[in-house]
Amino acid sequence: MIFKTPKNINFFNLYKRMNIFSLILVTLSIIVISFKGLNFGVDFKGGTLIELRTENKNVIISEIRQSLIKMQLGDISVKRFGSQNDYLIKIQSSEKNNENFIEIIKNSLSADLGSAINFRRVENVGPKVSAELLQDGLLAITLSLAAMLVYIWIRFEWQFSLGAIIALVHDIIITVGLFSFLFYEINLSIIAAVLTIVGYSMNDTVVIFDRIRENLKKYTKLPILDISNNSTNQTLSRTLITSITTLLALFSIYFFGGAILKGFSFAMIVGVIVGTYSSIFVATPILNYTKVTSKTVLKEEENLN
Amino acid sequence: MLYFSKTKIFTIYSIIVLLSFFSLVNFIENKDSYFLSKKINLGLDLQGGSYLLLEVDSSPIVKQKIQNKLLSLRKHFKKNNIKYKNLRINNNSINFSLLSESKAEFEEFFLSKDSSFNPYLSQYKSHELNHIIENNNIKIDYSKYGLIELKTAALEQSLEIVRRRVDEVGTNEPTIVKRGNERILVELPGLEDPNRIKKLLGKTANLTFRFVSNNEDSFGSEVLFYENGEDQLKVSKRVILSGDSLLSAKPDVNSQTNEPTVSFSLNRVGSKKFGRATSKNVGKRLAIVLDNKVISAPVINEPITGGNGQISGDFTFQSSTDLALLLRSGALPAPLNIIEERTVGPDLGEDSIKAGAISLIIGFVLVIFYMFYKYKYLGLIANVSLIINLILLLGLLTLLEVTLTLPGIAGIILTVGMAVDANVLIFERIKEESKIEKSIIHAFDTGYKKAQSAVLDANVTTLISSLILFSLGSGPIKGFAVTLGIGIITTLFTAYFLGRHLCSMYAIRKKDKEIVI
Repeated sequence: MIFKTPKNINFFNLYKRMNIFSLILVTLSIIVISFKGLNFGVDFKGGTLIELRTENKNVIISEIRQSLIKMQLGDISVKRFGSQNDYLIKIQSSEKNNENFIEIIKNSLSADLGSAINFRRVENVGPKVSAELLQDGLLAITLSLAAMLVYIWIRFEWQFSLGAIIALVHDIIITVGLFSFLFYEINLSIIAAVLTIVGYSMNDTVVIFDRIRENLKKYTKLPILDISNNSTNQTLSRTLITSITTLLALFSIYFFGGAILKGFSFAMIVGVIVGTYSSIFVATPILNYTKVTSKTVLKEEENLN
Repeated sequence: MLYFSKTKIFTIYSIIVLLSFFSLVNFIENKDSYFLSKKINLGLDLQGGSYLLLEVDSSPIVKQKIQNKLLSLRKHFKKNNIKYKNLRINNNSINFSLLSESKAEFEEFFLSKDSSFNPYLSQYKSHELNHIIENNNIKIDYSKYGLIELKTAALEQSLEIVRRRVDEVGTNEPTIVKRGNERILVELPGLEDPNRIKKLLGKTANLTFRFVSNNEDSFGSEVLFYENGEDQLKVSKRVILSGDSLLSAKPDVNSQTNEPTVSFSLNRVGSKKFGRATSKNVGKRLAIVLDNKVISAPVINEPITGGNGQISGDFTFQSSTDLALLLRSGALPAPLNIIEERTVGPDLGEDSIKAGAISLIIGFVLVIFYMFYKYKYLGLIANVSLIINLILLLGLLTLLEVTLTLPGIAGIILTVGMAVDANVLIFERIKEESKIEKSIIHAFDTGYKKAQSAVLDANVTTLISSLILFSLGSGPIKGFAVTLGIGIITTLFTAYFLGRHLCSMYAIRKKDKEIVI
């Protein structure tokens, strides 16, 4: 017997419960995103970001805030970033900055804090550019979803394509929802993370689909529920091992890759976990709901002949 | 699947050796020959530096050009005795009315293919200007392609001036390129403080010499501020001489007052004009105006005929150097706005490289241990493939002279995590097959065969993502897409050629024994 793998989990018993769980998560995410909104960084909102290091380690964060408020720069935020004397300042200035803008802030801060200050990173994005970056980011995500849809359609059947895309949308909404809930910043690197999640989640789904297709051709009498359950079991160990090695790499970036890559690796970690889950519990059950049978995949071969 | 011909083996290992060579090249100091000179470039976020995106503000040029068109139109009407009414400019368009009998004649003049008033742009199959006739009212403005032509010309000129200014400052290997049809991208690696460059690029540097106005000025006059933003001066609108007549300019020191000045010399035409103007107006004050701000307005003590002069003002040594630089490099055709700036200090770049390297090593070691723990001997094959994969990736990045960014390093680490997937897919399949297949060689063979479509599909999906990221992403994100995409290619190569060859050797050696995976 081929289908006797050591651990044969009955995934189909969990499908209903997990689908309800997914629906709740997605709904919650949408509610959180629409009420709490997203914390867009300067890439997408425009404004100025300054990462600074103070020479004097005894500077208090409120002193920096006070000094900035005195300069009347409008909406500002200050937070610690990475090591103890590193800070991140965000200035949401709408006025047209003059060329000396950064220098003026530096001199004024350094005088108020009585400490030499090193501006380690300055990002200044005008409103026109930030609008374009946001547009490009959304376009990239939409395009990648469309490309995946078409690719799976070509390689499989529309039911598979539908399942994969619903799983992808599920992953993106939950990841973005978590970012909204935690109010983590959304910047260019998060868009990159989301696109990589799209690729990864797809990769995971495709491997299971590939096996389902193979088994559908081999066991024409078995109902799809059994086929997908067996296929999930057969590929389960691969699914887990790959997720683990990817997560090992990602945790390594998260803990040791520095403050700039924190958001990116966090989004990826969430995405890989959700993506692995959704391949099994979202994409696969959809084949069941859309009544895929052996005929669905065999028809494709006949057409080719 | 497990059979390899001698040529195939030779090709596989040659590619590996070649790319390993290129990845080693990065660590060689001596870079004499062409091949040794290839290296991975560090992005601005890793080596520190400034990224500036400038936008050419072409609206003043359009305004100016429309004004010139109005003057030549008026001349044309006068010359040909055409009666016109209400000739005026409204919102960058020329409006006027003609008698009905003159309309046809005007259209003929306007649409003639060799008209200098409204040139025909053959590459766009369009005239520079559009016109709309309503009753007897005519409206002329720039056509879509006329505007494009105008903007392109302004961009080309600005690019040249920006290049000159940046080169004069003498930074290390700057990149200055066009972006679209109204933007210029300037990358200045290693620059710690972009403030001076930003100031230099922010100035149009339009220099004019104009007389300080008395009240009977037929050209009209205007009140301008001094550089300090407080004092004002009324100067004539008539330009005696402008910056284009300058041959050279350099920072200098006034021998009497010991203050920094800028000395300049004029070209022949300029010297003549300047000589004539100064001879006739001894005793008057001549204002030196830069970008509509008065630098100084000295009294003309004697005619200046030699074509050499000195600009005094409230200069520091630095500002006189910068003014001389601006005058030498010429005026921008239109103002430039800095619409995006990203600057990274060199110490942050160094920290990022360190953090990237540490997390790469840790991620790598974790994955290698995990694979060995999971698959034992086959795990070793996967690990050898992974190491070779990294070396090949580095080699390809070097060969293509890719710019490595911090997200790019993240892409490499992610590749480490995901690259083993191909081997995992194959090994799991071999494991399954070995349960029904008696012969190890057969199990390996069908394992590879059956895993192929899954491996391919799984990697193509990631490749699609990275291609889209590459084409739409900007700067650092592009770096991520590049390493991720190239990582997939090296992954497929190592899994399907190197890994398979190692597996075939393993299977052949162990063909008589039971294998345990």
